[in-house]
Amino acid sequence: MTGRTRVANRLRALRFARGEMTQAELAARVGVTRQTVIAIEQGRYSPSLEMAFEIAAALGVPLEEAFQYEPPSDS
Amino acid sequence: MPFQERNAWAYGLIAVAGYAVYLALVLPRLGGPISEVGYQLPLLACVGGAVLAGILAGIVLGALVPKGVPREDVRDRQIGRFGERLGSGTVILGAVVALLLALFAADPFWIANAIYLGFVLSAVVSAAARIVAYRRGIPG
Repeated sequence: MTGRTRVANRLRALRFARGEMTQAELAARVGVTRQTVIAIEQGRYSPSLEMAFEIAAALGVPLEEAFQYEPPSDS
Repeated sequence: MPFQERNAWAYGLIAVAGYAVYLALVLPRLGGPISEVGYQLPLLACVGGAVLAGILAGIVLGALVPKGVPREDVRDRQIGRFGERLGSGTVILGAVVALLLALFAADPFWIANAIYLGFVLSAVVSAAARIVAYRRGIPG
């Protein structure tokens, strides 16, 4: 039905780089549920632009360091 | 499992259970003229019971969420809208069938049952869509 979104992310690595921040801590900082953070990390949910900025800010990195867009291949 | 996914399971299961009870009460009454089947009271009781059970399930499941943890966020609301959109199509289908039955002067038994089945299928479709969206992502 649905697969991974085209928005890739490095949230897991960035969380660990920020003192092993837990998914629950990141969720609390952004104001979402832990399940939403899990869904984003696993590529099952594309956050809105505003939420993506908030997540990047919570992790202390620019947006493009936290999220990358994977354009569809032409093949 | 997130609170809203548990809610979706409860919503779908209660709708199915309510309809199963209704069928168990009404099917044995079939056999004579359809206009004499006493379906009204079981239908009202099962619809009312399902509504009450849904409210109670929401309260109980909500109480299980730890304090300080948000019950829903923007993703939950998107998934909720997605489920409602798919479910509303089934309600419309039930209404169209009921309309056709009324136009052809069918017995009120069939009209009421078409509408009730539309409600039940709507709840099942909506719940299933939400559960799939929680597990695999929101399509589109």
